[in-house]
Amino acid sequence: MANKVLEVNNVKKVYGSECPDCLQSTGPEHASNICPSCGSIVALGGVSFDLHANECLGIVGESGSGKSTLVKSLYFDQSVTSGKAWFTDQQGERIDLFAQHAAQQRWLRNNRLGMVYQNPHIGLNFDFTVGGNIAERLLMGGSRNYAKIRSSVQSYLEKVEIPLARMDDMPADFSGGMQQRVQIAKALVTKPSLLFLDEVTTGLDLSVQARILDLILQLRYDLDVAMIVVTHDLGVVRLLADRTIVMKNGQVVEGGLTDQVLHDPQHKYTQRLISSEL
Amino acid sequence: MRHSLTQQDHFGFIDEYAKREVRRATLKAICIPGYQVPYSSREMPMGRGFGTGGLQLTLSMIGPTDTLKVIDQGSDESVNAENIKGFVQQVCSGVHVTNKATEASIVQTRHRIPEAPMSEGQILVFQVPYPDSLVVVEASESKRRVMHSEADYAKLWVKLYEDIVRYGEITISHRYPTEIHGGYVIDPSPIPRYDTARLHQSPVIHLFGAGREKKIYAVPPYTDAKPLAFEDHAFRVESFLDQDGEQASCSVCGAKGVYFDEHYTDDGVVQYKCSDTDFCLQNLTNQKNGQ
Ligand SMILES: Nc1ncnc2c1ncn2[C@@H]1O[C@H](COP(=O)(O)OP(=O)(O)O)[C@@H](O)[C@H]1O
Ligand SMILES: [Mg+2]
Ligand SMILES: [Zn+2]
Repeated sequence: MANKVLEVNNVKKVYGSECPDCLQSTGPEHASNICPSCGSIVALGGVSFDLHANECLGIVGESGSGKSTLVKSLYFDQSVTSGKAWFTDQQGERIDLFAQHAAQQRWLRNNRLGMVYQNPHIGLNFDFTVGGNIAERLLMGGSRNYAKIRSSVQSYLEKVEIPLARMDDMPADFSGGMQQRVQIAKALVTKPSLLFLDEVTTGLDLSVQARILDLILQLRYDLDVAMIVVTHDLGVVRLLADRTIVMKNGQVVEGGLTDQVLHDPQHKYTQRLISSEL
Repeated sequence: MRHSLTQQDHFGFIDEYAKREVRRATLKAICIPGYQVPYSSREMPMGRGFGTGGLQLTLSMIGPTDTLKVIDQGSDESVNAENIKGFVQQVCSGVHVTNKATEASIVQTRHRIPEAPMSEGQILVFQVPYPDSLVVVEASESKRRVMHSEADYAKLWVKLYEDIVRYGEITISHRYPTEIHGGYVIDPSPIPRYDTARLHQSPVIHLFGAGREKKIYAVPPYTDAKPLAFEDHAFRVESFLDQDGEQASCSVCGAKGVYFDEHYTDDGVVQYKCSDTDFCLQNLTNQKNGQ
């Protein structure tokens, strides 16, 4: 069995003034993530899963099920209420993600992790050129050689199939699909061992979606990177994910090999998701 | 000046409590090189933006035995410099003023560091319009504070990177972002790159006061001051060349290798003059005296 890159254990995230009832009165069996006693939102009600080296894990579920909260927490965009996440880096060091202080979190974000957001305005700085956006990640990591930075940026633009002639253009002059490609290059340029993709094709034209998914698939085989792909679209996990977990109301209701989950769903909710998609 | 002074006015204009607060902030600034220490800036009888931050620094530490020099754009005679000197003399009886950088215990300045080499014990007070090096890339002060505390200057570096992309070199001429003691990156106030380079390991205490933004920061003596630059695009100071491409010299005193103001003659030929008027004059006097 390959090494584990990530071990997520009983992660909870409550928005609001948590009460003792929050956890037992929310979740899929209550069909709600809002605590009836105190009104808090239990965005994550104790989520656990593992991710192996070079594996692609899909996280599916309807809107509001907690998918973004989960990956944003792992990428330090927000804090969790409780739980653990162990990350094992390329050198085999095992890191307790949520116990890191701010500077260590920033270092991990810059050097070990990558994130592609649904909204390019979150993932990209629209005041900087496309090349500048990608360079920023290298500069954060301490690169100080202009020529080397330029050539790394170029090689990652090539990987995501953006013409080099557009390297110094502004993101606003790019189409939505191209902006996502820039985000992908930006996330990968520091050679992270773990990449998060949160609804990266949502809202794009179908043909554009297909080409970006192809690109991600290609990068998966070319690069040494584990991925977590968050989506409400079963077609995306069918194409990309080795394993898939299904979330509902802040909890994991089912998980397994993607083919298994899609062809032989055990949970009623998953069965509904699949039949509604067909 | 609108303010009319009476006998009750205090030595140094601001009250002792306020002076102590400025001095405490100053000591803290010296202890944490490059860190912007907040303080409660006082109203001064001149508009903010006219060096009130620098003036409060000067007033908080000046005593009757001090000698003050004030320069603006390198000149001791500019209206701003004269105003500030006049005011300090009014409110600090006994304080001497001078044009000679080497004689001054405190030099309050805008735009320049005096050419004459200064020495240990001297204090340079900079009037600062914009204290935060990150303001060009981040509008929110609370975010800038976090960035400073984490030494997160990547956005500033992207600015430099994009400068090279666009112009082939870093074009920042004044307020060049400079890393102090391997940590905080400061805005060294609107001094030219030529002077920015001279902050490094200088024997002088450099104090920076921003009145409007209510910040004090410092580069202590013998401290590293490293202008941000790429390994393959080194930091360069201004170079002044004559028509023949040779190192230019001052049209008044003949000095070379100093910071010049540019002037154009009627037939459009560029002429250089020392921007530090006192330095130029000293040079000329020394030559006349056959030194
Ligand atoms: N900042 C927030 N404050 C309060 N509730 C939030 C916040 N962010 C997300 N939520 C709630 O948490 C739940 C999970 O949201 P999210 O993780 O974005 O779901 P998904 O990505 O699966 O659509 C939702 O009920 C959402 O309304
Ligand atoms: Mg989401
Ligand atoms: Zn001269």
